[in-house]
Amino acid sequence: MHIPDGFLDLKTTAVAGALSATGLAAALRRIRTHPPVRREPMIGLAAAFIFVAQMLNFPVLGGTSGHLIGGVLAAVVLGPEVAVVVMSCVLILQCLLFADGGLLALGANIWNLAIVAPTLGYAIHALTRRLLPGLRGRLLATAFAAWCSVVFASISCAALLALSGAAPWRITLPAMVSVHMVIGFGEALITALVLAAVARTRPELLPEGESERAGADDTRRAIGYGLAVACGLAAFVAPFASPLPDGLERVAERLGFADRAATTPLHNSPFPDYLIPGANWSALSTVIAGLAGAAVAFAFAYLLARMLTPRSGSRSARDSV
Amino acid sequence: MRLELLERRGDPASPVHQAPALGKLLLTLLFIGVVVSSPSRNPILPAAALLTITLVAAVARISPGHLIRKLVSVEPFVVSVALLSLLQPGGVAIFLSMVIKSSLSVLAMILLVSTTRFGDLLRALRRLRLPGIMVMTLALMHRYIAVLGDETERMRRARASRTLVRGRRRAWSDLAAVAARLFIRSSERAERIYHAMCARGWRT
Repeated sequence: MHIPDGFLDLKTTAVAGALSATGLAAALRRIRTHPPVRREPMIGLAAAFIFVAQMLNFPVLGGTSGHLIGGVLAAVVLGPEVAVVVMSCVLILQCLLFADGGLLALGANIWNLAIVAPTLGYAIHALTRRLLPGLRGRLLATAFAAWCSVVFASISCAALLALSGAAPWRITLPAMVSVHMVIGFGEALITALVLAAVARTRPELLPEGESERAGADDTRRAIGYGLAVACGLAAFVAPFASPLPDGLERVAERLGFADRAATTPLHNSPFPDYLIPGANWSALSTVIAGLAGAAVAFAFAYLLARMLTPRSGSRSARDSV
Repeated sequence: MRLELLERRGDPASPVHQAPALGKLLLTLLFIGVVVSSPSRNPILPAAALLTITLVAAVARISPGHLIRKLVSVEPFVVSVALLSLLQPGGVAIFLSMVIKSSLSVLAMILLVSTTRFGDLLRALRRLRLPGIMVMTLALMHRYIAVLGDETERMRRARASRTLVRGRRRAWSDLAAVAARLFIRSSERAERIYHAMCARGWRT
């Protein structure tokens, strides 16, 4: 999902750059006042870890392979602010060492993959974590959040490409999102597997199951971040996603020539009016497909969490809460 | 795990290598900005940009083979994103212009990184007011990526030599275990580095 240079126009580059600079500055301020344990070395090594872990190839069907993206993994283990800095540095280094993702497009890539993905993912994790107790709840929330983070990042990426006129929204959105809804399952699976393995061997490395008050505070902060980022994302998507019916259609209805058009077709269409995918109902169908995908992902995350936790869940509840 | 990183190439005494990193970084950004914002129908500007790159590469004694090899390794990503643009009226022109623009930008980036030391780039970023935490994170990453890569390779080989079962499912859980182990080792290493830094009088 790294956007190379040459795909975004200057206006989109500037807006995305400003947004990601704001998000990054907010994360850095929070880190300065609330530094993580082991400080800068931990951030640097976590970034190196994500960079290397992204290069582990997980075999998928045929000769293809997938890999971890890691935004939600970093956010869940180290907190959303550290994850923002870690993912930004991963992207900067990938740009400088692999020429992977553009230099001018760095702001846009940081926005998609280092700000939207970890913060929205973390907010979803914070919201769903309390559905189940203990490690099982944590794994469920993490897997679901990982899936969502990939999908949100792809929506944001599609919006940036469409804003630049690289490809129209009605093509980029379904194309990007449908592919990443599948990729999201891989991300959810890898993130959950890694988290479960860490919880099994070194549970003390994961953040403690917070006390009641601190936990509520943390959740509120995560949701606040998530909302702020969601607003930024909505600003990109808003120009495209109008829930109203097609403009011409409304005019036709109001002026009353809609039925005339319907009764006297100019030529016999092989498809009746609304049956072509992506014609007029694309907004609604996209939303329905998205919700269905999310439901499937949630069920998948639940099954995964059940499979990865020890039977009865009592031991894990004692261990990790 | 062998990392195919971009590294310094060509003649280190050439004027391009010797030029200050900050200037090179800003010039590269300017170059990419001009290329990206140029009107897509005009063939003169891309040609001029390509000529510039060829000249700079010649002065720095960077072989065209190196540039082309690196470009080809990035091109699949570029083309796969650009393919989306084909699905619209007039898509072929947009597709071609995007591929040309992004290839020129990638070439400029490769040239920048092949002629500049990473430490100098970091110093340039520092002078551009990149916050200290970011600079330090990038420096630590650059230092430890190769270390973690080697460690991963050793763990994978050790696991492979002890695993007699083949299959995708097994591969996934094994790789996840390697990643988890790698995370644990990185955080232990971070702890050692932190203590070593504190012992040498480092303060935030």
